[in-house]
Amino acid sequence: MNYDRITQKLSILADAAKYDVSCASSGSKRDNKEKKLGNTTGMGICHSYTEDGRCVSLLKILLTNYCIFDCAYCVSRRSNDIQRAAFTVEEVVDLTINFYRRNYIEGLFLSSGIFKNADYTMERLIRIAKTLREDHRFNGYIHLKTIPGASEELIREAGLYADRLSVNIEIPTEEGLKKLAPEKKRVDMTTPMRHISTGIVASKEERKTLKSAPVFSPAGLSSQMVIGATGESDWDIMQTADALYKHFHLKRVHYSGYVPISNDSRLPGIGAPVPMLREHRLYQTDWLIRVYGFDMKEILNAGNKHLDLDLDPKAGWALRNLHLFPVDVNKADREMLLRVPGMGHKSVDKIVEARRFRPLTFDHLKQMGVILSRARYFLTCHEKNAALRQTQSGSAQLRKILLQQTHSKYQAVWTPQLSLFQDAPVVAAPPANAADLQTLFATAL
Amino acid sequence: MTILHYDGSFEGFLTAVFECYALRRNDVRIRKQEDGESTLFGDTLFIPTDAAKAARVWNGLKTRTSPEAARQFYHSYLSELPLSEDHMLEYLRYVMASDRDVSRDFSHPAVLRVAQVSRMIGREKHRMEAFVRFQLTADHIFHAVIEPDHNVLPLIAEHFKNRYADQRWVIWDARRQYGLYYDLEKVDLVQEAAPEALAETANSDYAQLWKTYFTSTNIVERKNMKLHLQHVPYRYWKYLCEKSP
Repeated sequence: MNYDRITQKLSILADAAKYDVSCASSGSKRDNKEKKLGNTTGMGICHSYTEDGRCVSLLKILLTNYCIFDCAYCVSRRSNDIQRAAFTVEEVVDLTINFYRRNYIEGLFLSSGIFKNADYTMERLIRIAKTLREDHRFNGYIHLKTIPGASEELIREAGLYADRLSVNIEIPTEEGLKKLAPEKKRVDMTTPMRHISTGIVASKEERKTLKSAPVFSPAGLSSQMVIGATGESDWDIMQTADALYKHFHLKRVHYSGYVPISNDSRLPGIGAPVPMLREHRLYQTDWLIRVYGFDMKEILNAGNKHLDLDLDPKAGWALRNLHLFPVDVNKADREMLLRVPGMGHKSVDKIVEARRFRPLTFDHLKQMGVILSRARYFLTCHEKNAALRQTQSGSAQLRKILLQQTHSKYQAVWTPQLSLFQDAPVVAAPPANAADLQTLFATAL
Repeated sequence: MTILHYDGSFEGFLTAVFECYALRRNDVRIRKQEDGESTLFGDTLFIPTDAAKAARVWNGLKTRTSPEAARQFYHSYLSELPLSEDHMLEYLRYVMASDRDVSRDFSHPAVLRVAQVSRMIGREKHRMEAFVRFQLTADHIFHAVIEPDHNVLPLIAEHFKNRYADQRWVIWDARRQYGLYYDLEKVDLVQEAAPEALAETANSDYAQLWKTYFTSTNIVERKNMKLHLQHVPYRYWKYLCEKSP
């Protein structure tokens, strides 16, 4: 093994893969019964975190960054003048096994630029997964990116070796895709999604009656889209996400704030800030839909196309629906408690357990670790709650109070970042201190 | 006020709890003997560990609560936090005095404390499963050193045994001076550190490649050190090869 060459390839091909957000290693169970290498328990592990605060769970690399496509938003696009490199099958296998043995990673996340054609590329990815599983008895996690346009047979085969398959939808709207990636078509992405989704459902059905039937992509299917590159609305984005969840039973949709990488006039220029706050609000919305029992339409609809950047989407929903509040901590059902701003599953679990023993007060909640800064405006419990007077004064007033009392963790992150780009024209500037501005306005008025 | 000293083992603690009931005393504190705590106006008493007495207390806890609660209670012992014996004793008194399972009565201070400490231990266990970094020694043992905040080696043995079933490995707790050794069949506790020379002949090539990967997978435009440190606090950097200079 040529060490210097490998180091160089690794830095190029990890750098090119880093815009793929997913690093999940959870959701798949591969019990290690035959003294193989690796045991996947269903619980993911983040082995480290990069300086941008993202989890490092998998060895996330491209097989190659040579690509025949020219998608404007992608660093590996054909017309971009960058260093190109390609791993051999053995090199990827060797890195994966040796990193895994040292407990650096949970497994491999392999994607690739498209060389020759979709099937040729997909075949190479599958060969790596197959070598790991069959020749090296590797029982860790494998996430394979499905190449748009790959044939159904190859997708079927990939699902037998991988724990998760993903197909990136890339751009939230079809018009946006046409503009930025004219060589790609939506249907090239939705077709493999359909195959995978059918495969997963079929394998689950089969395994109900025949335990030895092969597992197909047990940790499911995921996807990702770039946001803030084509001027789409939050409603556009979440409609696409919602459709993916409903039609193809996706495990996760990831939202990746566009990091400017070129001076292409179709895109925000270099120096434009990454829309991290917007990305955060979209993830919050995604969680409300997947795990908090909200319907997408309750949060975004024709009359409300953009998320409030200053306030989390659950608080926004609560302000639009003040007639449903306050709810009684000691009586309300789980579903309603989960809709209280500031309350998560952990808090609700504790409350539901604890209230069987005695009526709960705010002191009890505080001690249990329930965050009341927002929740107290929406709750009653076994004592007088002075905060509710503010709730009665209406949603506009309450919004002001909530903004004054919550300090976004993104403010600190944004401020120094903006100062770096003071001279650059700010494209779609995030309202970094919108909360402060709001307060200023409130006092000025 | 009487202080009951025990030998530091979990069974020793449970025996001391048994004696509290046998003595019919409420003004008792249980402490590790090595901590040497004594009281100005009271007496101290050493309680020798008795497996039968310990088992009675342990079974009493399990029959009145759930396996999950017993596990959380054991976590409190592994936490080695100051005053943890007081919370554990208070917890047991509450459990024994109640005729239904109170292990989820989170508005009771001792129950809440045990649950909170258990979560701390769970997080530390999970961090160690993540932060262990093996080096391959010349005699083909994968060797790692950790200094966990709490005594979590007993909790992580199973995880590493299942995961690295086909390689010999050692995980050494440098703070508590003991380790785990897996010999391809079973995990044993070892009391002697691997000789320095053995640990240092490690093949560091993959550690270097890992550092290269770690640097290249970062997105500079999104730098967020606050979040980074929240997930990877300074105190763990010492044994993380990607964070070493």
